[in-house]
This record gives sequence, C-alpha cells and structure tokens, in this order.
Amino acid sequence: MTAQIDEAAKRLPSNLPCRYTLTSAVEFRELAKSMRAAGGRFLTLWGADDRDRDGRFRVYAAFLDAAGLLVVEHDMHGGAEPLLPSLGEFFPSAVRMERAVFDLLGIRSLEPDHRGWLRHGGWPEDVFPLRRDFDSSAQFGMVSEPYPFVQVEGEGVHEIAVGPVHAGTIEPGHFRFSVVGEKVLRLEQRLGYKHKGIEKRFESLVQKEGHTLAARICGDSAVAYAWAYSAALEAVTGVICPPRGVQLRALALEHERLANHLGDLGALGNDAGFAFGLTQFSRMKEDLLRTNQACFNARYLMDFVVPGGVVSDLPDADPRSVLDRYNLLEHDVVGLRNIYDNHAGVQDRFRGTGTLARETAWELDAAGLAARASGVPHDLRADFPWQPYDKMNVNVSTQASGDVAARVSVRFDEVLESLRICRALLADLQAGDIRRAVPSAGAGLLGIGVIEGWRGPVLIALETGPNGSIRRCHAHDPSWQNWPLIEYAILGNLVPDFPLINKSFNLSYTGHDL
Amino acid sequence: MINTLSRMIRSGILTEQVSPANADAATGALQQRILRILGRALCIRHVDAGSCNGCELEIQALNNPYYNLEGVGIKFVASPRHADLLLVTGPVSVNMEEALKRTFDAVPDPKLVIAVGDCGACGGVYGKTYATRGGVADIIPVNHSIMGCPPTPAAILEAILQTVQSTGK
Repeated sequence: MTAQIDEAAKRLPSNLPCRYTLTSAVEFRELAKSMRAAGGRFLTLWGADDRDRDGRFRVYAAFLDAAGLLVVEHDMHGGAEPLLPSLGEFFPSAVRMERAVFDLLGIRSLEPDHRGWLRHGGWPEDVFPLRRDFDSSAQFGMVSEPYPFVQVEGEGVHEIAVGPVHAGTIEPGHFRFSVVGEKVLRLEQRLGYKHKGIEKRFESLVQKEGHTLAARICGDSAVAYAWAYSAALEAVTGVICPPRGVQLRALALEHERLANHLGDLGALGNDAGFAFGLTQFSRMKEDLLRTNQACFNARYLMDFVVPGGVVSDLPDADPRSVLDRYNLLEHDVVGLRNIYDNHAGVQDRFRGTGTLARETAWELDAAGLAARASGVPHDLRADFPWQPYDKMNVNVSTQASGDVAARVSVRFDEVLESLRICRALLADLQAGDIRRAVPSAGAGLLGIGVIEGWRGPVLIALETGPNGSIRRCHAHDPSWQNWPLIEYAILGNLVPDFPLINKSFNLSYTGHDL
Repeated sequence: MINTLSRMIRSGILTEQVSPANADAATGALQQRILRILGRALCIRHVDAGSCNGCELEIQALNNPYYNLEGVGIKFVASPRHADLLLVTGPVSVNMEEALKRTFDAVPDPKLVIAVGDCGACGGVYGKTYATRGGVADIIPVNHSIMGCPPTPAAILEAILQTVQSTGK
C-alpha cells in the first residue's frame, strides 16, 4: 500500500522530505493500517473548512516513516455533517486530535468517544470556531457542562480530583485518579483549559506576522515554533535562509533545549527531596538566560527567529567568552550528574518510578525525549537533518528502562550533546547575511515546517490565502502524543509520586490546548 | 556528600540586590518594608489563566539564588486561602474564567492582584476572541499590571514591591 502511495505521491514544500497524497475514505484507513504495520508513526491530524472554495471540508493526517513525512488528505464528501473514519484503531494517539477536530470544525469522527475535548462549554455545541462562516469577534458565556469521567468501581476504590488550578507555578489541567489506598489504579486527564483559539487567530494575521503568534504557542519552545513557522513559509515562497542565519537559529534552538533541560533537572532533584539540585540547576539556567540576553538581546527568544532568518547578529564581543561559559556549564553539569548518580535517596526515588514500557511507547507514538528514554530512538535532527544539522552528526541519546531515572539520564546526555553542537556552530560560523526578504506567497499553497524542539517534533502546516493572508495554520505539539503516556506510566505507582513522574515528562498544556 | 558540600561552598551566596539604582530595595530594607506593611511575610498565589507559559518561567526564576525571593520574606503558597496577593498570567481563557473567579473569591480580604505580562495586562497577541476574554482586569479587579513578553524577574519583583508599598500608604 505505501509503495503504491509513494508512486502516486506528490511533493509538498517543507524543510523535511515530504510527500502528499489524496485518498478515499477506505484508502485513508487502509493507509493508516499499512503505516502501522510498516513501523510508521502518526504525527498529527487537522481539518479545514473549504466550503467557500469547493463546498467541502478537508482532513489531513501526517505520518513519519523511513522516507520522511507523508501528508494524507482524506477526500471528504458530505454536506452539513461531515464524517471522518477514525484512525484510533491503528494509532490510539489520534483519538484526542479527532475529538479536537470535532470541537473546532464539527467534523465527526467515527470513534465512540464523543466527549468535548477543547470545548468546555465556552461556546455553543452547534457552533464551530474554525469554520469560515464563524464570526471571530463573537463571544459566548460559559455554560458549565458535566464531564463523564470513566468510573472505576470496587472495594476501597475512591477518586482524587486535582486541578485545574494546581499548587505551584504551573499550568492548569485536570487529573482524576482512581486509587486504592495510595496506589493508582487509573488516571484520566482532562485538558483544554488553556484553549486560546490560536488557530483561528492565525487567520486574522498576514503571513509575515504569523511567526510572532507561532512563538507564543508555547513559551518554552518559542524558537522551535517560530522556526517551524518560518520553515513552512520559506518552503512555499522558495526563500532560502542564509547560512549564518541558519546557524544562529540552531544556536538559539540548542540554547532553548539547554535552558529547559537545566530547569527540569533541578525540578526533578527537588521533587525527589533534594532541594540542593534545584538551587544549583536554577543558578545554571539563570546564567544561560543571561547569556541569551547578551547574545540574542532576550532571555526568552520569542521574536528572534523570523521568516527569512533571524532578527539580530551576535555581538562583536570575543566569541571565546561564550565558549568559556559553555566550558563552565559543562563542568558544573558533569559534577552535578555525579552527585545525582551517587545520591542514594535521589536514585531510590528515580529508579523504577513511572516506568513507560517500550511497547507502550511504540504503540502510542511517543515523541521526543519521552520516547528516547523508553528505547524509541527518534530525533529529527539525526533522522532527517535539515540545515544546519546536516553538518552536525547529532548523537541520539536513548535509555532502555523508561523510568524517571531514564528520562533524567537522557536529559543529562542531551545537555552535553547540545553544548557540543553549540561549540561546533560557533567554531564554524559563516560570514554574511543573517536574513533574506520573504515575499508574500500566492494563494492556495500548503507548506509544512517541522523542527525537533526540546520536547520532540513541533509541526506547522501553513496554507496561504490571497494578498499575503493566512488561510489556515495548524500547529502540533509533541505533548498531544505524550500526555496519554503518563496515564500508563503512573499505573501501580503511588499518588505522591505523581509530581515527580509528571515533571519527568514535563509536557506542555498550552501547546496542546492551543 | 563531600562533593555536595564542596559545591555548596564553591557556589557561595549569589543573591543580588533587586535594583542597584534603588538603594532602598536592598534585601534587608526590603524585608523590613514588607514586614512593616504586612506584619509578616508576603504570601503569593500564582494562577495561570491561559498563558503561553513564558511568564511562568520568569516567575519560577524568582526563586533562583540570584533573586532569592524567599530570602526577602516573599513566598509562594499552595492555597489561595493562605495568600495575600494573586499573581495572574495569561489572557484569561474562556475555559479558565470560572476557575480564576473562584480562586480570587477564595483569597481572604484584604487582597492584592497583579496581572503579569502583556497578555495579563491586555490580552496580548491573542486578543479577545471566542476563546479568550482578554486582560485579567476584565474578569477580576487588578491593582497593578506588568508589561513585557515575558517581563523579566527583576521587573516582576519591582512590581510586587510597588504594589505592596502603594497599598501600605
């Protein structure tokens, strides 16, 4: 099946090798089935309302296989109540995305779970915000609706409800634990609290401005999203970012990865009862953010990557001062790793806690860091290196045990690998421009940008409209795949271990809720 | 253990003054000011009402050794019932509106509210849509707003002090 598709497939503009094909409803499911059998992975699913153009809705699914990306369009017929054949049978991670497609577009999946996912009652159930005829200035009152969580029954079983507002400086989401004593029998998540209507908001922006919103989809992945958006726009306009601009983008992306890993390593130490770790790593993270301020004029790099390149060059100061900071950071990280590895209390909390089996990670299309810690060795920087990663020979770090200790270990490895990449980028920094002008693209083009962010692959699918407008922009965060993993990793663990397990994945609520 | 201790000694004390230009904001004086106004430590409850998580990262940075918020008598608490001040981030998402109102109601009087970041101040890049209500002040009373995307930890700390001080007068 996939071989036939390959022959029929067209190319889509993207920073990765990307094929595109149109399938009927039957072929859509057949293709998903053969993708699953051939070891392919499900990346994302999105819909579009094209009734103003040809009277139809469209649904696209994106997969990753050994040849790169495959975008499949479901050739959808039907009028007011379009139906979508569910991919959940082959790719369970698709189900939440199908529920979200219904909430936003009214395209009903043939999947039994029809509970609202992003819609909590903030807009009427027969109103679909991503449809063309939806008035984007409309506001509705909230009508709270009960959410039927799955009940677990049995002697001594009770429920613990947590959130949406949590104790601490963290994002809102709801968790429903079914427990016996302190042992977790089942965890059910309810997300969507941070739904900000980002995809509808894109449609009111012009192509040249979309990166500012893309960078704010998820504040800790600002570089990854802004780069993915820029890559999509550059792909459809044929603009190539100059070599120095590309290198500065990668430097910023690795700094983003470093800052997040350092923050997580500290927080994981703290959740294991070792506050010393939090103090040390938060000091290192702050030092790195101050380096960001010195190198990129911002602590968090919201508006550094723009279509065509980056906004500013490195200061003229001696690059060795930055290299010295990398050396100092590496020395500190290696020392701290030694302390974590040899601390009996910390290791007792890390090892065997929150284990995600390799089979589960495969089955649920685990993405990024969480996948690598369970022995699924995917990293787009190594699998399909786009510029400048084609010169970097990125080493992919994996662990087999799939527990908190494994995710800590992968983070340590990736910190050291990122430092190596940063040094290599600085040593090989090309002279020349940092940005090229990007013209507006003509209407009706679809471009894909995919970047391996620190959490995993982020994707932007950008469809252009007339006069430099954005017709549709879909953003995908790896947290969509990885949130369900926690429902498995927590099983059999104790409720008090949940913060540690949750932190070891550190998934995004805002990137998921959009 | 030797490793841990030696690293602590080598790290030393990193806490900085809030604003070098403002000698009054030195940590000791600051602590005195807070105690004078409140009679005890200032307790903050943070609520994320729909942000991109950028402001949260800078709020978390307040606890790092450079800003050392707890060292000056300000601490983050887990329950709104223990809080003097609400620090609210994000354009208020429709799905978080009710939770924000309930959290506000749960804070005992007298209470202060600070809206953090461009989004908290006015809705930022997301604006007012079917999914967002705009700034925090559109939903609950706000004493002070901090602009920035995200605002720096120093800016957040200054705003907390100003708000406390202006209330104390």
